[in-house]
Order: sequence, then structure tokens, then C-alpha cells
Amino acid sequence: MIPEIGNFLLIMAFINAIFLGTLSFVGAHTEHDGLMRFSKRASLSIFVLILASFVCLTLSFINNDFSVAYVANHSNTQLPLHYRISAVWGAHEGSLLLWVLILTGWMAAVAIFSKSLPRPLVTRVLGVMGFIAVGFIAFTLFTSNPFERVFPFIPIDGSDLNPLLQDFGLIVHPPMLYMGYVGFSVVFAFAIAGLLQGDLDNKWARWSRPWTTVAWIFMSLGIALGSWWAYYELGWGGWWFWDPVENASFMPWLAGTALIHSLAATEKRGVFKSWTALLAILTFSLSLLGTFLVRSGVLTSVHSFANDPVRGRFILVFLGIVVGASLLIYAIQSSKIRSKSNFGLFSRETALLFNNALLAVVTFMVLLGTLHPLIQEAFTGGKSSVGPPYFNLMFTIFMVPILILMPIGQQISWKQEPIKPLLAKYWLWAISSVLLALAVVIIMGGIEQMALVGTTLGLWVLAGCAKYIFGQTAKSDSFVKGLKKISRSYWGMLVAHLGVAVTVLGVVLTSYFSIEENIKIRQGQTVQVEDLSVEFYDFKNTEGPNYISSAGSFRIYSNDELITDLHPEKRKYNASKMVMTEADIDAGLFRDIYVVMGEPLNDGAWAISVYYKPFVRWIWLGSIFMALGGLLAISDKRYRQRRRDKKKEKKAQSTKSKAEGHTSEAGNE
Amino acid sequence: MKAHRRNKLIAIIGGLLLLSGAVALILYALSSNINHFYPPTEVSQGKAPLNKTIRVGGLVAYNSVKRADDGLDVAFTVTDNQSSLQVQYEGILPDLFKEGQGVIAEGQLINKTQFKATKVLAKHDEKYMPPEVEQSLEKYGHPGKSKSTEY
Repeated sequence: MIPEIGNFLLIMAFINAIFLGTLSFVGAHTEHDGLMRFSKRASLSIFVLILASFVCLTLSFINNDFSVAYVANHSNTQLPLHYRISAVWGAHEGSLLLWVLILTGWMAAVAIFSKSLPRPLVTRVLGVMGFIAVGFIAFTLFTSNPFERVFPFIPIDGSDLNPLLQDFGLIVHPPMLYMGYVGFSVVFAFAIAGLLQGDLDNKWARWSRPWTTVAWIFMSLGIALGSWWAYYELGWGGWWFWDPVENASFMPWLAGTALIHSLAATEKRGVFKSWTALLAILTFSLSLLGTFLVRSGVLTSVHSFANDPVRGRFILVFLGIVVGASLLIYAIQSSKIRSKSNFGLFSRETALLFNNALLAVVTFMVLLGTLHPLIQEAFTGGKSSVGPPYFNLMFTIFMVPILILMPIGQQISWKQEPIKPLLAKYWLWAISSVLLALAVVIIMGGIEQMALVGTTLGLWVLAGCAKYIFGQTAKSDSFVKGLKKISRSYWGMLVAHLGVAVTVLGVVLTSYFSIEENIKIRQGQTVQVEDLSVEFYDFKNTEGPNYISSAGSFRIYSNDELITDLHPEKRKYNASKMVMTEADIDAGLFRDIYVVMGEPLNDGAWAISVYYKPFVRWIWLGSIFMALGGLLAISDKRYRQRRRDKKKEKKAQSTKSKAEGHTSEAGNE
Repeated sequence: MKAHRRNKLIAIIGGLLLLSGAVALILYALSSNINHFYPPTEVSQGKAPLNKTIRVGGLVAYNSVKRADDGLDVAFTVTDNQSSLQVQYEGILPDLFKEGQGVIAEGQLINKTQFKATKVLAKHDEKYMPPEVEQSLEKYGHPGKSKSTEY
């Protein structure tokens, strides 16, 4: 009964979404009061319906209702309750429902938090989002319905959730990532709505900014979580593989990062308006493309759930409609949009232009490398793949100018600033970055040219943030007073850039100074791996809730001093008969020691992998800083001030509050 | 105003030059980093280049996995049910590597029957077959069927 209710609710939501996706545009065009009110209510009701439908699916999992095909294929009575709940989004159908849930969640959020926006604009925004919801609910209902039953032969037990996904990382990674993917639909909808009304003023940019930033925060965290999960769960010791599906999430992130920067320029200076709108369209299109790549299984990837050509075709057609229609709207309407462009060659506008050009090129580079196998196959019929060397090399080449320009770009003034006096202030910082990097690289194990370059750039970005803070505080009477003068949005930028520096340092130092060795070892034996001695002192077969495990125990010594005691496992899951490696990691801020049980060899010995990974945590630590930076930016006064102003205006026309509003805005420049 | 326009022109031309340089660089790097995929039959026909990074794949033949007594060298045979190819590898095989299952190996061809792998990929889902392998099996894996279409 419950699955049928879920299915019914999904259909109701579908019908609602069709009305929302069409009537809103009529309502906005004719400024019909009832229709505009309808679009808000419909947005909320669709969200509630989808939420209820999602709860129905979750209940089917909790109750072990194996008459539902999706539950039977992805759950099991032995599976612990928390994994039965997270199994809801463990595979294609359910994760699609989660996608829709999050989309409608964003839609409801826009409907609730947009009271001070012009109503026709909000109505159009909701209409665009409703249209996207129609596409995805239809996709769920017609090609991937999670509520489908398997009558009359109901399996006695389910075939279990993929063991790789029975993990904390899976519980949080997909929802985070989807929040980001789908979150970009808001700024996309704003861009389309703005283009339709033929006006993208700085109010429009100011409204789009926090929404974009929130989506970007989730995306940053989602990607970092995925990378961390792959690192500890796959047992390869790697944290990024340039896998097509990783790229699928990285492309919208890159485009979204560019968008955040161009929105800043559009809001503050009224420049790059058309480009910003185009970038908003492209960012969301890349999100949709990502969904297509993951869902269609056209590319060989660890993430491809299914290779159902019908599903691939459906998303491809939908992608074509959305991208085609939005580019058409852009082509027709963008000539109406007037940007200002009075800025000098050396100005923050130019710096942001470079930022955008470089990020766009990087996005294009990743896109080309990801799609190349498909293009090649279409023309020659041969299968191929593009290896990590391409991505690593190209990414490095384009990151170098981005990192060099970052400290200068965040300091230079809007409009125009003489470049020579500005650069003169940077000499000392640049030289100290190089010297410090040299020291770090020597301590880490020897002068490797590229490691030196990378470390220097990471430190240079750090230096840029420090320089900005010292520069600001020097003007004030005391250091603390100076810190307080820096606005929240500026703190946001500094912290996010600091995060970039931390991630860069982590990536560079891990890549160049890791030790990775596969060794053959017998119980009782001690094997030397560079400076570490690895002792295999115990071996046990144990039983978990739904698996049997072979667990080894290892002591790691450095110079006869015990550093850590690790217990990696090899698990065999009962229901699926799948074998899974559980690495054991001694994590630290400056290094990880990582041991994996490889495979048993002929004579009772084991093949094991031992990794020593310096600064690997910094990669994810950096992304936490980036997310924190985003949070600081959206908590800036001017976003809250507006709401307060509005309330005060309603109560009484107090001239004082308006004056306050103006000064606080000026203070943010 | 004039200086302003000239600056703008310089910026646009400079930007375009940089952009086209970047695109050229990308295309060049891409062309030298493509790993083509060859099923064992095409390898035995001599269609695959030697000493160049490529991918091969097929099913792991039964009773073909042999570990060296010393060290971590391992050898196994990959087949598309028409031809087969011996793959040598040093290291730990992935969890889902199993005889009778689909696998992809990346590395270089030593000669028409031997392949030195630097990476072995087995997929994370038992039911999942790499699309390359699936297609090559369809093409070469059923001798009766392919003959009937050939003659």
C-alpha cells in the first residue's frame, strides 16, 4: 500500500509541476494576481508531495518491503537500519527521487525567501524551476520508477546494498553534491527570468549571489566528501582519479566558481552582465550534463549505475531542450542588456575577467577530455579513454596563472589602479614565498622542480591573504580594530582563497612526497618500507553483522619507535558475495599512514599496500575553508540589512534606517 | 576616450590570442594522451601498436591467474572467446578481479600475445560489464554468429 501512495504522490507532484511550469509564465506576463499567487503555492505543495513520496520509499526500505523491485535489489534484512535508510539514494531510481526532492526544496525556498523581489520576476523564476521539475519527475515516473513492484514472485530477501556504499561517506556525499548540482538551477532560473524581462540590473545580481554561493558551498563540500570517501574506501590511496563522473561534478563547480566571481563584478560595477547570464546558463547545463553522464552509463566509470539506453536518451533530449531553449532566449534577449564598461586595463574588473577566462578554459579542458571518448567513438567507432596525464598536465598549466594573479586580483581597486606601485608592494612577499617553499621542499625530501613551483604558489596565495589583512589593519589604531573593519564578504573571500592555498599545498606535497609500496609479508615478519618498519603481528577471521572479515594487525615503527597500530580488513559480504577492502588509516594533520590488505598469496603470506601520505588532509581541509568562506560571504550585513530595512519601512517611514542602510552598503565596497 | 578604446582593443586581441593558444595547447595534449581500446582479437590481428599506452580488455580466462612464488608478479589471460592475450602485472589486483569476469588493463603491448599492464581495472558492481568489453564480446565472442554474418 505504501509504495502505491508514494507513486500516487509523485504523479500528483508531476501534474502540479506541469501547471507551475506553464501557468507561471502566463501569470507573470499578464501580471495576473491569482496566477502569481498560485505559482508560490504550487511550489510549496510540490515540495510537500515529493517529500511525502520520498518518505514512502524510505518506509518501504525500513519495512524490508521486497515486493518493491528497487528495495529488493538494493537492501537486505541483515543490513543495519541506518544503511537501509541511506540505501534509498544508493542507486539510480532513489537517487533520482532525491534529486527531485532537493530541486523542489530549492523551489520552495525561493518561494518563501523572495518576498521583497518583484512578483513577476519571482513567478518566472518559479516557472523555470517548475519546468525543470516536470522533466525530472517525468524521468523518474516513466523510466526509473522506484515504486515498481515485482509481483507475483516476491523475493524472500533482498540482494543487498553494494558494500562500497555501506559507509558514512555515502550517507552524506550524494545529498551534498545534489544540493550543489540542483542549487545552480536557482541562479539559472534567475538568469532566464531576468533575460525574459530583458533587464539584468545589479539588484538581479545581488539576489542571485547568495543563492549561487550556497549551491557552491554544498558542491565544494560534496566533491571533497566524495574525494575523501574514495580515498579511504577504495583502498587505492588516491583522492582524485579524473574519472568521468568526478569530472561531471567538477565542471559545474569550476563554472560555478567563475560565476561567483563574475556576479561580484556585475553587482558592484554593472559590468559583464550578458556574460554572467550566459555563465549561469552554462553552469546549470553542466550540472545537467553531469547527470546525463552519471545516469546514462555512456562512459566507463566506477560510478555508472546502469547502462539503460532509454534513460540516457531521455536525459539527452531534456538536456537538449533546456540548453537549446535557454540559449535561444539568451540570443534573442541579450542584445537588450546594457553593460557598463568603463574600467581601465589594470583594475579589479580586468582581474576578474582573467579569472573567468582561465576558469572557462579549465572547464573546457575538462569537458573536452571527458567527452573525447564519446566524440571519438561517434566518428571512428573505436573505444578510447583519456588518461590522467592529460588532465594533470593541463590543469597544472592553467592553475599557475590563476594562482599567480589571485593575490593581486583580490587587492587591486575597482575601475583603475596604477600597477607599478601596487606590484612594488608585493616583492618581499613573493621572495619570502619562494624561500619558504624552498625550505619546505628540502625538509620534505629533496628539490623537485614542480613541487617547488606548486609550494611557492600555495604560499604566495597565503601571503596574499596575509598581506591584505596587514594592509587593512595598518590603517587602524589597533590590529583588532582593523580586523573588525574588514567586511564579512571580504572575510569570506579571504578565507575561501586561504582554502585554495591549503588545498594547493596539500595536493602538491602529497603528489610529490608520498610513499606507495606493495609488499609481500608473512605473519610475524617485519618489512622495511623506506623509513618505516612494518610488522605483521596478528591475523584473525571475524564476523560482522552482514559480512565475514579477515583482519590483519600491523605495527608501524619509525627508528624503532612505535608510531601506530593498524588493523586493515578484507570483508566478504554474505548476500552479494562481494569482497571489499577496508583500509586502516592513521590520520594526522601532517601525514597519513595507510595500510591495505591486498590479497592472500600461495604460502600464507599476504600482499599488502603501505602508503605514507604527507599533507593529504590539507586537500579536504582547504575545501572546508572554501565552504566557510562562502558562509561568511552570505552572512554579510547587506543581505540581512535589506530585510531589516523592509520591516522598518513597513512599520513607519523612518528616514534614519534608510540612511543607515546606505552607509552600511558603502562600507562594503 | 581614444586611449580607452585602444586599451580595450588590445585587451580583446590579447585575450583572443591567449584563448586560442590555450585551446591549441589543450588539443595537442589531448591528442598525445588518448589510450585506445583493443580487444584480444584485434591485438592478434596486429591492429594494436606496440610500446604505446593502450587499453585491452575481455574476460579473465578460467584457471589462468598465476602468481609468482616470489614477489608480487602476477599473470593472467584475457579473452574475447576468439583470441586471447597474456597480461603481466606487478602489484595487487582489485577486489572484484575474478576469473570469468570482465576486466580492463592499461599498459603496453610487448608483442602480439603479451601485454605489460600498469593498471588493472575491475568494476565495482558484479553485474556491471565495461561497455568496451561487452561490445567486443558481442563482436568477436560468438564465433558462430560472426561467421554467419561474414559469409
